[in-house]
Amino acid sequence: MSEKDKQEKKGLSRRQFLTYALGGTGAFMAATIAAPLVPFTIDPLTRSSGGNFVDSGLKEADVKEDFPKLVEFKVFRKDGWIEENVKQRAWVIKDKSGEILAFSPACTHLGCAVSGTLDASGNPKPANDGQWWFHCPCHGGRYDVYGVHDPSTPPQRPLDTYAVKVEGGKIMLGSLGKRKA
Amino acid sequence: MLKKTYDWIDERLNITPIWRDVADHDVPAHVNPANKMSAFVYCFGGLTFLIIITQILSGMFLAMYYVPDVVNAYRSVQYITDEVLLGSIVRGMHFWGASLVIIMMFLHMLRVFFTGSYKAPREMNWVVGVLIFLVVMGFGFTGYLLPWDQKAYWATAVGAQIAESLPFLGVYVKKLLIGGDILGALTLTRFFAIHVFFLPAALLGLLGLHFIMIRKQGIAGPL
Repeated sequence: MSEKDKQEKKGLSRRQFLTYALGGTGAFMAATIAAPLVPFTIDPLTRSSGGNFVDSGLKEADVKEDFPKLVEFKVFRKDGWIEENVKQRAWVIKDKSGEILAFSPACTHLGCAVSGTLDASGNPKPANDGQWWFHCPCHGGRYDVYGVHDPSTPPQRPLDTYAVKVEGGKIMLGSLGKRKA
Repeated sequence: MLKKTYDWIDERLNITPIWRDVADHDVPAHVNPANKMSAFVYCFGGLTFLIIITQILSGMFLAMYYVPDVVNAYRSVQYITDEVLLGSIVRGMHFWGASLVIIMMFLHMLRVFFTGSYKAPREMNWVVGVLIFLVVMGFGFTGYLLPWDQKAYWATAVGAQIAESLPFLGVYVKKLLIGGDILGALTLTRFFAIHVFFLPAALLGLLGLHFIMIRKQGIAGPL
């Protein structure tokens, strides 16, 4: 029997044992320090935003069926330790089935604000080409009055919509959701 | 797997001698607590270093949420303490660790003093140790202001007043220290920069010197 075989028979060598003991202690100490630091860092993952409905300031009766109406409303936002009411915009229209749609003005391509087709005094007027009513200034994205995109332009899905709830004739807007292409 | 990765790197860069040189050194019998329990006093230096490491780590993480600004500093600290997941623990690490560094460093200094380890040929390392002491005091002074609460504000006000009492130069020293005539926005950013950039750089440099010297000269002999 060679010297090497003898060592293997004994199983764990002293050197191996000490390496494991030292490594294990070191790992335990490192884990003790890391344990609070990791949750501390991933805290943002535990937070969700919004979900509450806010009054858009628009009456249900004022929503038109021909063109979207622009509303500005305030949403309470908690940004870390900064809590404030931030201004948000939505384009609101009633579709053919009578359902109220409220679009976010953010283009679904890269997020620029789209503008509607308005006359000099700011009132909605028919689309210049008879179909595409919203235009994005950044890359030429365009949408019809229901926020449905022109697939030949960069955006590949319709404008995002706010959840809509009608309470006592008032239009309440909730969280933003995506619509299918 | 781990061993294979190590071997692969070692084959190319021959890193074993590097860490061997750092890690392999004799621990004299008189400093080994396994021989005589009272030798634990020789651990204080290493413990100070360990706590400094946790201070650096917890500080790095706190900086993810803290803002050195008079309007937001207090609120960001409040946010860390009350809202961030385990924020009070991480802030607690930094808070209690700060005192612990001072305590450990002081015990280490007492051990070096009472074992006469500062004597020739190790005087230079004592001097570097004193510089580290001053840098750590700087950490304490600047860090105390950062929560921007009443305790922070008035402690710094007193500290600045003490600096002002320096003969002839006092007025200028104070102005330079707090970055103006009043204790305010400029003081906070100044103390923050000193606390997280200047002092850590100085501390790491001095610690490097401290460790190189002790390795070069070895641990002082038994009493």
